[in-house]
Amino acid sequence: MPLWLELTIRVAGVVIAFLTLPLLVGQAEHKVMAHMQGRLGPMYAGGFHGWAQLIADGVKFVQKEDVTPSAADRPVFRLAPVVALMPYLLALLVIPLGPGDLVGEPLDIGLFFVLAVVGVGVVAVLMSGWASANKYSLLGGLRAAAQLLGYELPLVLAAASVAMAAGTLSLPGIVSAWEPWWLLWQAPAMVVFFVAGVAEIRRPPFDMPIADSELVFGYMTEYTGLRFAFFLLAEYVGIVVIAALTTVLFLGGWQGPFGDEYLGWLWTLIKVFAVSFVIIWLRVSYPRLREDQLQRLCWLVLVPLALGQLVLTAAVRVVM
Amino acid sequence: MGVPGEGLAKGLAVTLKTMTRRSHTQQYPDVEPDLPPRSRGVIALLEENCTVCMLCARECPDWCIYIDSHKEEVVVPGAARARQRNVLDRFDIDFSLCMYCGICIEACPFDALYWTPEFEYAEYDIRDLLHDKERLGEWMATVPPPPVHDPNGEPSKEESAAAKKGRT
Repeated sequence: MPLWLELTIRVAGVVIAFLTLPLLVGQAEHKVMAHMQGRLGPMYAGGFHGWAQLIADGVKFVQKEDVTPSAADRPVFRLAPVVALMPYLLALLVIPLGPGDLVGEPLDIGLFFVLAVVGVGVVAVLMSGWASANKYSLLGGLRAAAQLLGYELPLVLAAASVAMAAGTLSLPGIVSAWEPWWLLWQAPAMVVFFVAGVAEIRRPPFDMPIADSELVFGYMTEYTGLRFAFFLLAEYVGIVVIAALTTVLFLGGWQGPFGDEYLGWLWTLIKVFAVSFVIIWLRVSYPRLREDQLQRLCWLVLVPLALGQLVLTAAVRVVM
Repeated sequence: MGVPGEGLAKGLAVTLKTMTRRSHTQQYPDVEPDLPPRSRGVIALLEENCTVCMLCARECPDWCIYIDSHKEEVVVPGAARARQRNVLDRFDIDFSLCMYCGICIEACPFDALYWTPEFEYAEYDIRDLLHDKERLGEWMATVPPPPVHDPNGEPSKEESAAAKKGRT
């Protein structure tokens, strides 16, 4: 196969995943949240149980007027949604779906790359918060900055633990090195990574920067139309990316009960959707954390836990 | 003191349990709602029973019943003089004022007013909520049969009165 064809197929595959998985997760969120609250959720769009609701939403967003406030910092304001969306697209590029060549771009420093790229999200939030020329946006942006910088630390420490255990930074390498008993050994790191990841994508119960009951809609207050839809899409892609990272790092990625060679992609997808379900489940079950509780959880619980896990991992690696 | 994190687990259990149960949503425009018995939807008028006694209009707390009438002479052959009879010209209920208390129905001594469970009579213009006697008469077709007597309840007035008469 010529190089250009292979590249095209890989990039197209990642883009397709980027466009379909978030929609699936979004639709699942609509339905799961509704049923958890004793409702039915969307029932009309598309005919069968509202399967086309998000497509209809997308069409609606495209038709809406794209308003930029006159006091806003125009180029920064207009660029922010794209900056929010791009890191997740790049992150999907290196996450392996199955064994062998089933990955967008097998990077040797994949884990490092993913964490660096996901960290760019905070820039988008700050850009939108500052550029909107709106006090609510600014408050949301600053809260987001404090939250994301704080939770970046446990996220990286937990990921470092698993990288140390596997002895590699390559995501396919980590999955190959993974063994079922790691579920127990790396359990604290998994919890820390998952919680910090949910906080990184600002999902409830960590949605202090958005906090629609007190900050209107935080840093997204001034956005309309397609740019607002970009922010929403970024949120859903964020769920997919965090779920996929948790799967790859801690749940053994493509390793399943049987047929890893051929069914690896299926195991990965099942795990990703299961973790996404847990993220939605947490959203429905828990109220929003206060700002001080948020920081307390990060600095007094997650960071010490992650450091302890690092020590444990190092000890086990030295002994074995 | 319980186990730490017990509350968190309980919260998750509640939402998961709710998800497995049937939801309470009624698919209203697609599926007719099952209304409880004696639902108060709209008031129907049985014109033949009305004697224009005006009790309903007087008892109505927000004065939403408008009644006009005139008297008619009825000549009965063989009687000493002609009898007079009330004829209903207008009987309107303004449902934009009505608060569905049902006092008019309770007050009517001749059973000319009935509740019916029909509720789909919303209008774009508030003035169209004034139902005239033809419109009120049309609702008569939708009056449900009276509910059966509660076997454990008190016997009706008619029954107990008849029983008393039988004893003496």
